[in-house]
Amino acid sequence: MTTTEERGILSAADWRRPRVRRSMRATHVVLLAVLVLLGLGPVLWLAKSAITPTQDTLRHPLELFPHGMDWANLATAWTRVKISHFFTNTVIIAAGSWVCQMVVATTGGYALSVLRPKYGKVVYWLVLSTLFVPAVVLLVPLYLTILHPPLVGHSLLNSFWAVWLPAGASAFNVVLVQRFFDSLPREIFEAAKVDGAGPGRMFVSIVLPMSKPILGVVSVFAVLAAWKDFLWPLLVLPDPVHQPLSVRLPALASYIELDVFLAALAISTAIPIVLFLVFQRMFLRGAGLSGAIKG
Amino acid sequence: MTALSTGRSDASVAEPATEPDGAEPARSARQRRTPVTWVRRGGLSTLLFMLPLLVIFGVFSWWPIVRAVVMSVQQTNLVTPPVFVGLDNFREVLADPLLRKAIKNTLWFAALALVFGYPVPLIGAVLMSEVRRFRGFFTALAYLPVVVPPVVAVLLWKVFYDASPTGVFNTILGWVGLGPFPWLQDHTWAMPSLVLEATWAAAGGTVIIYLAALTSVPPELYDAAEVDGASVWRKVWHVTLPHLRGVLLITLILQIIGTSQVFLEPYLFTAGGPANATVTILLLIYRYAFTQSLGGDYGAATALSLMLAAVLAVLSLAYMRLTRSWSTS
Repeated sequence: MTTTEERGILSAADWRRPRVRRSMRATHVVLLAVLVLLGLGPVLWLAKSAITPTQDTLRHPLELFPHGMDWANLATAWTRVKISHFFTNTVIIAAGSWVCQMVVATTGGYALSVLRPKYGKVVYWLVLSTLFVPAVVLLVPLYLTILHPPLVGHSLLNSFWAVWLPAGASAFNVVLVQRFFDSLPREIFEAAKVDGAGPGRMFVSIVLPMSKPILGVVSVFAVLAAWKDFLWPLLVLPDPVHQPLSVRLPALASYIELDVFLAALAISTAIPIVLFLVFQRMFLRGAGLSGAIKG
Repeated sequence: MTALSTGRSDASVAEPATEPDGAEPARSARQRRTPVTWVRRGGLSTLLFMLPLLVIFGVFSWWPIVRAVVMSVQQTNLVTPPVFVGLDNFREVLADPLLRKAIKNTLWFAALALVFGYPVPLIGAVLMSEVRRFRGFFTALAYLPVVVPPVVAVLLWKVFYDASPTGVFNTILGWVGLGPFPWLQDHTWAMPSLVLEATWAAAGGTVIIYLAALTSVPPELYDAAEVDGASVWRKVWHVTLPHLRGVLLITLILQIIGTSQVFLEPYLFTAGGPANATVTILLLIYRYAFTQSLGGDYGAATALSLMLAAVLAVLSLAYMRLTRSWSTS
């Protein structure tokens, strides 16, 4: 800790001064208290209220179980309000979007970075330029494309494909994967070519296994984005049977009891939080990347 | 070359090298580009690898972008064929009294988000970077709100904002003798309430970006500052902050681009009310295109979204310039 490489704003000498150390300790305790209150507080309140009867939540929102717990809320939300069903829809949407994004980003990135056809530069710039078009421009024309898709012949409205396929058109993913492929050593590809590996073999046996870190980051992004998405599934999945949690929850608010509703909110939050706790490092690296590479 | 299909290549095997020689007389037969050599050199398999990207981007990104531009000068109602109307859609949108309100609200949202949301992550990150033990725990706590799905966050905060004296926030403020406040039901309080939630939901992500940038400050600079007798505050002011300049500008522009497209909060919290106090530009676009009363005015919706995009493009360009110059320096 005292080596020069690991120092921050405060030096080792600073840390040895009692006044500095005491004030830093105090600052950090306050910081921790604020973070617990703001970061953890609302989530804990949600967890508490999910198993509290409605009247207690309404009259004494900050008291801890004045009239006991009501675990049945969770079961009611899961079965009677069919959170299980919308949960499954969310998983299906996230999984399909993930597959679509992975296929487009890896094959496209491979073609652009390793195979490098003559028209690759044009394609690359076309992909990159979409980064500068805000999503709102696509809203209406993309909706009309879903209503009358080319070659399919019928509307994709109320079909999961309407969410899966547009998710694949993520320039951010393509650029991220392509830049990673660029950093792979060229000699390996040359060696593989000498050994008689075709482009398909090279992709499956060399490029993909070497790209696990970036594919992990893209996967986390893809799943989270699908989990969070609201406006697009709201537009293209008007039938509640196909709707994910994010679209269904606001509609539920008006006609189910508050305690069951909060239980439903708690269930929808549990999965992302568990994923975050398990893949914490990947999440945080991804968050850092999104600030650094978006341009 | 992309136009050549798979079916064509079989046929051309029988009659090789039919390309006109006169065009490229100096080239040897080996270098001549025919469908056969194109396939043999892997052109076809390259195209196959490129195909998912070309199809998906073509149908769901490039074509809709072109279509947005076309639709903005058309009258489209999905029943009769579209009619060219010139700049009528733009005129219609600009004459809408609600647009003025929406622009004002969006700017107000962006300004409030800057005041609330810009300094907080920076101060938090600078303090957190000095934490020596359990820093991971601090970061995880700060990032937790980002993990909560945005829709859940808004719905949860809607419960917090309950205007009755026994609402969550009103209870807390009641302890110190304040309130009860009407929060979302009052047209002056509604927007700050939205911004407060949005800031809570987004701050963690910015903290992570700043933390990453803080680790890149060379420690020698702090050493040098100490040799010159700099205090802790002077080190923060003269070493840390100048080093974050680039990242600070980038997050500033990203935040402005993000907040000017705010939709979820006004849509779910207040649906634009009370008295249109929270109608934002995106909400207006949504109303033009998709609501029952007004809906189906696709021309106006695309015209407004293009105008917004033009403004954002300027910001994006500035952003790109900055990232480029900062990454080279």
